[in-house]
Amino acid sequence: MIQMTGAELILRLLERQGIRTVAGIPGGAILPLYDALSGSKLIRHVLARHEQGAGFIAQGMARVSGRPEVCFASSGPGATNLVTAIADAHLDSIPMVAITGQVPLSMIGTDAFQEADIYGMTVPVTKHNFLVRSAAELLQVIPDAFRLAMSGRPGPVLIDIPKDVQTQVVSFDAFPLPAIPDAAPAGDPDAIEEAARLINAAERPVLYVGGGAVHSGAAQQIVALAERAGLPTTMTLMALGVMPIDHPLSLGMLGMHGARHTNFILEESDLLVCVGARFDDRAIGKAAQFCPRAKIVHIDIDPSELHKIRNAHVAINGDVGAVLDALLPRVNVRLRKRWLSHVGSLKSRFPLHLPGLDDPRSHYGLVQAVASVVGDEAVVTTDVGQHQMWAAQAYPFRRPRQWLTSGGFGTMGFGLPVAIGAALAVPARTVVCFTGDGSFKMNIQELATLAEEGLNVKIVLMNNNSLGLVYQQQSLFYGKRVFASKYRGAPDFLKIAEGFGIGGVDLDTAQNPRAALVQALSGPGPCLIHASIDREEFVYPMVPPGGANTEMIGG
Amino acid sequence: MIEQVADPLQESGFAKVVLELEVNNHPGVMSHICNLFARRAFNVEGILCMPMSDPRRSRIWLLVFEDQRLEQMVLQVEKLVDVLSVRRHGAEHEVFERLEKFFY
Ligand SMILES: Cc1ncc(C[n+]2csc(CCOP(=O)(O)OP(=O)(O)O)c2C)c(N)n1
Ligand SMILES: [Mg+2]
Repeated sequence: MIQMTGAELILRLLERQGIRTVAGIPGGAILPLYDALSGSKLIRHVLARHEQGAGFIAQGMARVSGRPEVCFASSGPGATNLVTAIADAHLDSIPMVAITGQVPLSMIGTDAFQEADIYGMTVPVTKHNFLVRSAAELLQVIPDAFRLAMSGRPGPVLIDIPKDVQTQVVSFDAFPLPAIPDAAPAGDPDAIEEAARLINAAERPVLYVGGGAVHSGAAQQIVALAERAGLPTTMTLMALGVMPIDHPLSLGMLGMHGARHTNFILEESDLLVCVGARFDDRAIGKAAQFCPRAKIVHIDIDPSELHKIRNAHVAINGDVGAVLDALLPRVNVRLRKRWLSHVGSLKSRFPLHLPGLDDPRSHYGLVQAVASVVGDEAVVTTDVGQHQMWAAQAYPFRRPRQWLTSGGFGTMGFGLPVAIGAALAVPARTVVCFTGDGSFKMNIQELATLAEEGLNVKIVLMNNNSLGLVYQQQSLFYGKRVFASKYRGAPDFLKIAEGFGIGGVDLDTAQNPRAALVQALSGPGPCLIHASIDREEFVYPMVPPGGANTEMIGG
Repeated sequence: MIEQVADPLQESGFAKVVLELEVNNHPGVMSHICNLFARRAFNVEGILCMPMSDPRRSRIWLLVFEDQRLEQMVLQVEKLVDVLSVRRHGAEHEVFERLEKFFY
């Protein structure tokens, strides 16, 4: 017979699940769990400065490792502060287990101090959630939470644990086994056969790859399929890196800020092979006008994605890696000289324009200058805005999980804490965070966490002293009525970083910006790299809101 | 990445559909189900829930209007962890009809 408190049990179960780092902030309702955590020899706690930061640190760890990671918050405001990070994980299918303290069971529903119905609040933004009613339930709930977070389409799970459940003593015979993912549905062999037939018969096929390929670890199969069948391949924002950008079959990113040629090639396709992507409106523009002549093969682990936006001619429900393994031997080797040479000519007629590449003080130039110093081994995170799209367009991504960005939710404030989480998970790699002056201020307090942990995170701040993407939209689509998007004050970010104990360089004043950049990126530990960016620089090309992908402006 | 332009919602049709769900019986299951319909702006005309002979399970009956989103709705309901099965019945199913005398 084993006997311990609920709090100790949670800790043992997390340890047995392989959790080694937890980010969080303590408070009254979760103190029993923190007390137990203080005695853990295996789990290290990273004290965030805001619970949203803790949630994103856990996400950063999960986005590079691919397995569920954990954050802690107390009840009430601690728990509500987590919600944005949980919702962000939900939209990008990131496995995560959030554990919140709750007021004691007997006080639930009494408007007790720091009581919030976090269970009710997180129903729409989690894959599943639990309110634990006894310590014995933890034996089931904790492994279930991990199993759900990592099975099928990954996602966040929240466990709300009342304080008295944490202190309650529970006896049991044996620990449950650590959770493993449920087996994915095996793709229907007939559908796989039919998909191969369509690919073999197509004249102008395109492979359209989404974040599901990253989650499934299917990058190798994607490249193999593309090469075997001669498929030009485009990636969503979430899938950048699945096929190296300089692969001859790569078309780069599609959609709102993709290259013109990418969207034109899609327009001409007669078969779209969609793997782990979900026909998001930012990627496909007007749904009815996206690939209007193409038959669709859609492979996804989530059955509710199939036929959701566009009806598929062949829909295959299964793990994309496993389905591609079955599909590959059925697909004929094709050189597709005609189609690929046409693709090549569209590429050279409508290339992605990246002006200013030789100037490390311009937006695209800065992105590529950073890339050339840190190489393919670095992890790149971004915030949300123009700087995010410039990084997506110009950074040469060559491996999956190299690029961590808030795709579905588009959360400003994502970049810094996710970079911290990534650095915790892979301390040997340099982590670069491309941020904007607006986004940076949304989780700037995590500079304190970063300084304390001394992690190898380089923050590249593209400062246009504005909410640039909003400014761009107002300039282009709201009759230049610029409102609430330009800042009047201009904080000194280098001083702020210095106040947190983090050094930096200002490329604006550097004698030799390229040398200053190399030096800043090559040193150990954190660093802030500041560069002013012209507010009139916009993200081009662009599909106007509500437009079809072929109606791009600029660039 | 801001700004949304959506196509107008298709009007819902008039054909009624009865959904029969088998679910785990614990507090919170109803909120997961109702929340799912509510946040997708899908009207539930009638709802009925009782424990089954095995008290760990409940059966939920939902009366909804057939609409082009119903297919997706059912797929989403099936994804809920506490939902064990979903069956579709036509409007001729009598479960709600027999209850009408309590309402009119
Ligand atoms: C939390 C949050 N609030 C508001 C928005 C809407 N929004 C999208 S981009 C943007 C401006 C971002 O400014 P900045 O971080 O400076 O990036 P820039 O576009 O200037 O490069 C805003 C306000 C958002 N995405 N997230
Ligand atoms: Mg800005």
